[in-house]
Amino acid sequence: MRRGSASLNAVSTLALLFLYGPIFVLVLYSFNAAHLSMAWSGATLKWYGALLHDEALLTATANSLLIAAVSTLGAVCLGGLLALGMERMPSRRQQAIEGGLVLPLVIPEVMLGVALMLFFVSLAMPLGLMTVILGHIVFNIPLVTIMLRTRLRKLDPALREAAADLGADSWQVFRYVTLPLLRPALWGSILVAFTVSLDDFLVTFFTAGPGATTLPLKVYSMIKSGVTPEINALSALLLVISMGCIGVALHLQRREV
Amino acid sequence: MQIQELPPSHEISRSSCLPCWLAVPGLIWMALFFLVPLGLVFAISFASRGTYGGILWEFTFANYLDLFHPLYGKILGQSMWYAGLTTAICFVLGFPLAYAIARSPARLQPFLLLLVMLPFWTNFLVRTYAWMVLLRQDGLINRFLTALGAVDRPLELLYTPTAVVIGLVYGYLPFMVLPLYVAVERLDPLLVEAAWDLYASRWAVFTRVVLPLTKPGIVGGCMLVFIPSVGSFITPDLLGGARSMMIGNLIQHEYLVVRDWPLGSAVSFVLMAVVMAAVVLYYRQASRADGPLEGR
Repeated sequence: MRRGSASLNAVSTLALLFLYGPIFVLVLYSFNAAHLSMAWSGATLKWYGALLHDEALLTATANSLLIAAVSTLGAVCLGGLLALGMERMPSRRQQAIEGGLVLPLVIPEVMLGVALMLFFVSLAMPLGLMTVILGHIVFNIPLVTIMLRTRLRKLDPALREAAADLGADSWQVFRYVTLPLLRPALWGSILVAFTVSLDDFLVTFFTAGPGATTLPLKVYSMIKSGVTPEINALSALLLVISMGCIGVALHLQRREV
Repeated sequence: MQIQELPPSHEISRSSCLPCWLAVPGLIWMALFFLVPLGLVFAISFASRGTYGGILWEFTFANYLDLFHPLYGKILGQSMWYAGLTTAICFVLGFPLAYAIARSPARLQPFLLLLVMLPFWTNFLVRTYAWMVLLRQDGLINRFLTALGAVDRPLELLYTPTAVVIGLVYGYLPFMVLPLYVAVERLDPLLVEAAWDLYASRWAVFTRVVLPLTKPGIVGGCMLVFIPSVGSFITPDLLGGARSMMIGNLIQHEYLVVRDWPLGSAVSFVLMAVVMAAVVLYYRQASRADGPLEGR
């Protein structure tokens, strides 16, 4: 568009400022020496230091990492097999499964949390790390499957056929052709699943019970219980970690052949 | 080339592919931990509440009828209103942004899109908290306004409906930009040029050329913003006051505070119905858009 492109750029710049401004302020204030006021009184790293000595926080971090690691592993195994298995199905069945897999991603997360809580409670399963992991696998399977299927569909079937023609059995085709070609997408989906699990609040909130506090649950209770400057530092750290993971994941996705 | 008429080659060379039953464990998992729990919520929404918060398996419609109570009706209506307003504001902000990205130099586009998407991938709780820092009584916005002399005393910004809508717009703006970008990117700039050459006014170019041709993206973006907004929990919980409750908060309240599981389940299903209606609407639109324009 020739005309009006200056105002267009102005609005876009404002929109980007709107997106990054709050994040920037939060990170900036995590270095603020003042205890309660928003006034800037010099830079400090003491809030980051305080995080290192917060026992409850370290436990929550350990829980979060454990949940993210186990649920990612579970989701990548189940979702990966699902993606591979779907390849062979008639296309109508593939579409049906794909439609079904979108469901957990579009229904409100509150609902998924509530439904899982009801399910576990009615099975008399004690809420804790285990139930959180089971729940996280539920929303990570669709993510992994969809990401891997996008990649699988782009693979040239001729490569697999060539391998088969050269006498490879289906395991060897998978091991030496499909898997190496799938590797970037596989790592990408691992990072995405890990990040989503690490950041999840609602499903964790409903399925955790009193014993299994995770980092987001801890952040939530810190926000609710009154503002300490430590939470700025913790938030800044979480932002950097998520952005890092996703940056790497996107890089891997783009590097695909 | 006659050979191309054959079915896709991966359907022929069965030996080179992995068997279907690999899909079974994943499907069982989703059935057990997704479909069964959803079914349970549905079943409980027709049960009665026990005296001490348990469930009595006596079939009733009472939970759904309770939702017509003015208090709940207000919360349902409020959620739709907030989500609708959020969608409208996201469109007004997102359209110029998407347009500018789609018309920027090709090598810059992936970078700009990444810039828009990156906040979406960061912790929602943390991003909402960032707005608490800005909107507080002694927050940056109030300090700025008082320093300017625009207001005598700090405005009440946090714990208001405005704060909820700001938070929702902030959270879901990227969802609007992405589909709009795709739509604008597909829009042939020559059509816009032609309209200019025919002396169309700026408004006419927008409403009669750009808008109709990007409609699939607009509908897609609006759905992607409306659906998560209407079911949001964190934003109204942290940025809204007691009066800015939304459906998500009502569900949480019924389940964890009042412990009226049947009513909470009924509310959940109403929310799900709203969301599903939006999804169906979206797919209808999407399949219609696959018509004549798609093949270009």
